[in-house]
Amino acid sequence: MSEKVESSGPLPAVPYIKLPAGGDPYLEGQKCSSCGAVYLGQRMACGKCFSRDKFEAVKLSDRGTLHVFSIVHRSFPGVEVPFVSAIVDLEGGGTVKGNLVGVEPEPGSVELGMPVEVFFDDAGRKDSDGNSYVSYFFKPAA
Amino acid sequence: MGDVYIQGVDMIRFGRFPDRSLTSLGAEAALLALDDAGLNMGDMQAAWCGNLGQAGGMVGQRVLQEIGQTGIPVVNVANACATGATAFREAWMGVKSGLYDVVLAVGVEQMGRGLLGGAGGSKGISKEGLLGSGIMPCVFAEAGVEHTRSYGTTFEQFAKVSVKNHHHSTMNAKAMYQKETPLEDVMGAEMISYPNTKLMCSVNVDGAAAAVLVSEKKARELGSGRAVKVRASALTSDPYSDRDLVMPDINTCTRNAAAVAYEMAGVGADDLDLVELHDCFATAEILHYENLGLCKDGDAGRLIEEGETALGGRIPVNVSGGLLSKGHPLGATGIANIYEVSTHLRGEAGARQVEGARLGLTHVIGLGSACAIHVLEKPA
Ligand SMILES: [Zn+2]
Repeated sequence: MSEKVESSGPLPAVPYIKLPAGGDPYLEGQKCSSCGAVYLGQRMACGKCFSRDKFEAVKLSDRGTLHVFSIVHRSFPGVEVPFVSAIVDLEGGGTVKGNLVGVEPEPGSVELGMPVEVFFDDAGRKDSDGNSYVSYFFKPAA
Repeated sequence: MGDVYIQGVDMIRFGRFPDRSLTSLGAEAALLALDDAGLNMGDMQAAWCGNLGQAGGMVGQRVLQEIGQTGIPVVNVANACATGATAFREAWMGVKSGLYDVVLAVGVEQMGRGLLGGAGGSKGISKEGLLGSGIMPCVFAEAGVEHTRSYGTTFEQFAKVSVKNHHHSTMNAKAMYQKETPLEDVMGAEMISYPNTKLMCSVNVDGAAAAVLVSEKKARELGSGRAVKVRASALTSDPYSDRDLVMPDINTCTRNAAAVAYEMAGVGADDLDLVELHDCFATAEILHYENLGLCKDGDAGRLIEEGETALGGRIPVNVSGGLLSKGHPLGATGIANIYEVSTHLRGEAGARQVEGARLGLTHVIGLGSACAIHVLEKPA
């Protein structure tokens, strides 16, 4: 009996993207049950209240509001510009940074405080071993 | 405990010196500061050296190898863009504690050109341009847009910071640039990360600055009449705030450091005659007007509009030209700010002299984060 080789599906672009088998992708936060602070990734102790071993994995919302943005016209070589760099406060806690798509990359087209949705798609980049990645993006809420 | 004084302080002209060694730049600044103090390496009891680019390279010891190896304690300091100011503060602590009477603080940096910022870890794929941007012009643009969100601050108001600081540097021979940049030039320059255009980003340059700090007893003994009193030294890191790790919070650590510094000095923002603050990007200067208490929250846009922070205004800010025009050699910047304010307090700033300057403040912030503030007082 030979064991089946694990299928090499796309990988998460960052560890807080979860890709459950047969389910929809989502963002995962680590919530401090003592004070409610939400982190992207595990901590030894809570940065806000110092509690230890109080973290629980929580599924973060796929809806939020645009806190701030910038329109990036110059980046590292090979990075496609312009793009909208956005910081989004998720409903129920957690702040994430990502690209806002589905809007013109112009100041007048992006509204501070606008409701946005998180969606997942191919990252459009591969690592040196040829692996594909899934990333998250923001778009204006329907 | 006695006060600590700046007996000597100087900087080299900021610029690009690819043919020179890092240590020769630091050594030149150290010698200038020693000359200004009327002292030599043999008088120094300890030294601190700030540098980021070669943080593992014993730069302080290498500087002393150029100018005098006396076997004194040397400490190398790295603290992002607060590196130079942190080296100065550690030197201040050495004197303040009573351990030393005469010490040297040096800050030096050789910079490449181009964008600074994190591309993320080397594992997997680059996150730049995929999960927003980590380049510094974007990080500080987003911080500026937060001010726009709260108070309606405009692109034009941010741009006016650059017009002002570039104007100031036309009077500073030690600045990288001496060139006026009218508003239309600033706003029409290449957009790097909205709302920061190329002329709203600090210049990467090579540079070095140094200071000789002495105890009250030593200052009295030397009796130069030019010793600048250090009224306060404050250093903070970023406390927890909800968005901090996604969006570096440059405001809270500055406000915390300002509160400590004003209390230590026993003064308020209204008592200041000039400020050198961390204008790494034009957007940042606007935020720090409020963070340092130079105006009420929400009034920073008006402050720049009405010229209150220009030379001749109510509270001149970055009369040296600031990081935007004088240049920003990371490890040297904090001590160069201290040189600028000291020069005004001594009444030696020439065409850009802030008349009657009695009390000044210096501020730097390094992302990650570290904020250092010093309050300095005119020689008695
Ligand atoms: Zn907690």
